[in-house]
Amino acid sequence: MKNEVENVQIGNKKVSYKDLISKLGPLLALIVLMIFVTVLNPGFISPHNILNLLRQVSTNALIAFGMTFVIITGGIDLSVGSTLALSSALTAGMIVSGLDPILAMVAGVAIGFVLGAVNGLLITKGRMAPFIATLATMTIFRGLTLVYTDGNPITGIGDSFIFKYMGRGYLFGIPFPVVLMLVCFALLFMLLHKMTFGRKTFAIGGNEKAAYIAGIKSDRIKIMIYAISGMMASIAGIIITSRLNSAQPTAGTSYEMDAIASVVLGGTSLSGGRGRIVGTLIGALIIGTLNNGLNLLGVSSFYQQVVKGIVIIIAVLIDRKK
Amino acid sequence: MEVKMTGITKSFGHNSVLRGVDFGLHAGEVHALMGENGAGKSTLMNILTGLHTADSGEILVNGSERTFANPKEAEVNGISFIHQEMNTWADMTVLENLFLGRELKNGIGWIKTKEMKAQAKGVFAELGIHLDLNRDVGTLSVGQQQMIEIAKSLMTNAEVIIMDEPTAALTEREIDVLFTIIEKLKSRNVAIIYISHRMEEIFRISDRITVMRDGVSVATKNTKETHNDEIVRMMVGRDLEDYYPEKHAEIGEVVFEAKQLGQEKVFKNISFQVKAGEIVGFSGLMGAGRTEVMRSIFGIDPLDEGELYLEGEKLLIKSPHDAIRKGIGFLTENRKDEGLILEDSICDNISLPSIDGFKKHLLIDTKAEHDFADMLMKRLNVKAMTREDPASSLSGGNQQKVVLAKWVGIGSKVLILDEPTRGVDVGAKREIYQLMNELADRGVAIIMVSSDLPEILGVSDRVLVIHEGKLAGELSRTEATEEKIMTLATGGY
Ligand SMILES: Nc1ncnc2c1ncn2[C@@H]1O[C@H](COP(=O)(O)OP(=O)(O)OP(=O)(O)O)[C@@H](O)[C@H]1O
Ligand SMILES: [Mg+2]
Repeated sequence: MKNEVENVQIGNKKVSYKDLISKLGPLLALIVLMIFVTVLNPGFISPHNILNLLRQVSTNALIAFGMTFVIITGGIDLSVGSTLALSSALTAGMIVSGLDPILAMVAGVAIGFVLGAVNGLLITKGRMAPFIATLATMTIFRGLTLVYTDGNPITGIGDSFIFKYMGRGYLFGIPFPVVLMLVCFALLFMLLHKMTFGRKTFAIGGNEKAAYIAGIKSDRIKIMIYAISGMMASIAGIIITSRLNSAQPTAGTSYEMDAIASVVLGGTSLSGGRGRIVGTLIGALIIGTLNNGLNLLGVSSFYQQVVKGIVIIIAVLIDRKK
Repeated sequence: MEVKMTGITKSFGHNSVLRGVDFGLHAGEVHALMGENGAGKSTLMNILTGLHTADSGEILVNGSERTFANPKEAEVNGISFIHQEMNTWADMTVLENLFLGRELKNGIGWIKTKEMKAQAKGVFAELGIHLDLNRDVGTLSVGQQQMIEIAKSLMTNAEVIIMDEPTAALTEREIDVLFTIIEKLKSRNVAIIYISHRMEEIFRISDRITVMRDGVSVATKNTKETHNDEIVRMMVGRDLEDYYPEKHAEIGEVVFEAKQLGQEKVFKNISFQVKAGEIVGFSGLMGAGRTEVMRSIFGIDPLDEGELYLEGEKLLIKSPHDAIRKGIGFLTENRKDEGLILEDSICDNISLPSIDGFKKHLLIDTKAEHDFADMLMKRLNVKAMTREDPASSLSGGNQQKVVLAKWVGIGSKVLILDEPTRGVDVGAKREIYQLMNELADRGVAIIMVSSDLPEILGVSDRVLVIHEGKLAGELSRTEATEEKIMTLATGGY
């Protein structure tokens, strides 16, 4: 046999043209969009508005980061909005009943983690399709929220500095939710792209059977992933509760949509196995810029929904072309 | 139908895969296409049937220039392609598969099941196939699925049928059926392009042989006027010395022992031992339960009864994860569904079962991982541009080498190989045998399941034969012959 070893290129990856487009596509779209809005309303690009935009983006981005893991495994998590509401209500309830706010927040995040793990258990041990399982828990968690709150907002959270800081504070002039988003981004980026956990996530999404036979405990990884998704939703919930200084029983309604849209806009494939969390951040920024820009331009919120939907369709069509 | 391809070239990016191929096909002949893994056989056929377009070159069909826009168009025009990796739809019935995309309908789109059944039965009768039309295809053996593909191409009135490694997963009996069908097709003046790495078959069935090497066609010969060694020489570019390399490994203590393994309705009372440095071959007809035994040892399927011992210690294996941790590796027979993550890179595929070993301060040590993959790719001669290429871009045989690399890479004490050389070319087969010998030298206990009798005889120290889920007998290297194995495998004594 001819010695083919010289064909094996050792050294840096060769990046193909196609790869480059798929990597830079979402970023280009974001830049074009921002230029477009700036031209129509220069106020968009002011530091004040940008910080504002980032803060608006942060909650959706946090949820979308978790959703990225879920979608890479080929799953979906429709329950994030309800998880957000339930964990927020319980957190607020604990604070109102006198628990230390820090402890209450930790408990809230843990609750999000557990609710997510329930999804994971239904999907793995219960062998349910992710869409069905999380559709069911979406209504269950929402229902539990309404039961717990009796349909009324929970107020009287008091004025703990730490708790107010979560949604309203600034660190070196940057809104704290934005800082939190960036920290979570960095951690989850490492988890997905630099650690074995991420490698296993991709393997499960690419071919679950082959991954299992290669010794990956796919059930355990999937449960963890849905738990992370729930946890990210509860962190977003803390930010929202802090900003409003109350927990709303309807908080987070239809948040799953923006999160899924961000992930897809960022180039992660809904069929699993492929995706990048950087893309999701960019996707969330695209959605945020659309919301913020259309507001600035005075477009009615009814039209905003139409525009957002159209943008998603265009993005997916372009993605399909590759 | 006459087909003539001249001067075909094709590159994928920087990888020039075909560099001037000539290929001619007469009506009613069986034309074998041979060549090493990655020589470009499948690519050439994909060009003929319109999946890829050639960069240059000419395709003549019945004397006039013709390129097909897509495989569907080629099919409509009488050229069907039965792929190396088949395209049946597991959740659909046999009938639905047969008529997929061209269902018979009446004016309002109502599907005419009765007519379809009648047509299907006609074709099945002609081919001598007996299959329930209402069964889900997923429940059929690979061989039976292949029959469906052939029946499908007959129903489109194919004049040329391309078969890319059709026998890789067939039993001896199914191969006989296939060859009878091929003879029938010939008598109907259908031409067959037959791609295979199995020499015996080529000489049994073909009229002419075209050999490809590194993207060029070396020669076309009449099968009657050539012989095994000449074809091998043209394929690999030199003579191949003894096909099965000599094994020197010293056989040591018992490493692995299975006691009275059983799984309801599948296998029963399976006991055997494997010693360090020993290669134990498992033979038997397809469906005898060999694969099932191995899968349950490895924790993929449950074991209803029996005990496993590794170096005298009792094993409790509930999942592949446990098996790997204890030091067992398992190459499954189905590389596409169970062996590879096709869209992932070669490197990611190779390192997957060992990934926990590359942890350094919580992160993956990519440098070590890359070195590991490079080393194994080199050792197994994987033909690829870079380790970052997706596994899907590799030729069938090279994909098999990647799966082998990943299991060799975990460095297990017991290595179970289920059809390790499936789809691998002659030269590479020999290298795989050599690699097995080297592992044996290092004291690895190897279990090889294979349907290829010469391979079983050439490689194993001991042969165990399974018949209908039971151990039918054991033959030492010196005792074993094809006849003895076949007698045991078919239930004789
Ligand atoms: N879509 C693709 N993109 C990049 N490279 C490809 C693609 N398809 C095939 N190749 C490359 O072309 C070469 C020839 O592949 P091909 O599948 O034609 O080989 P083959 O002769 O059929 O081999 P085998 O006997 O292993 O099936 C291989 O090196 C393969 O990596
Ligand atoms: Mg091929």
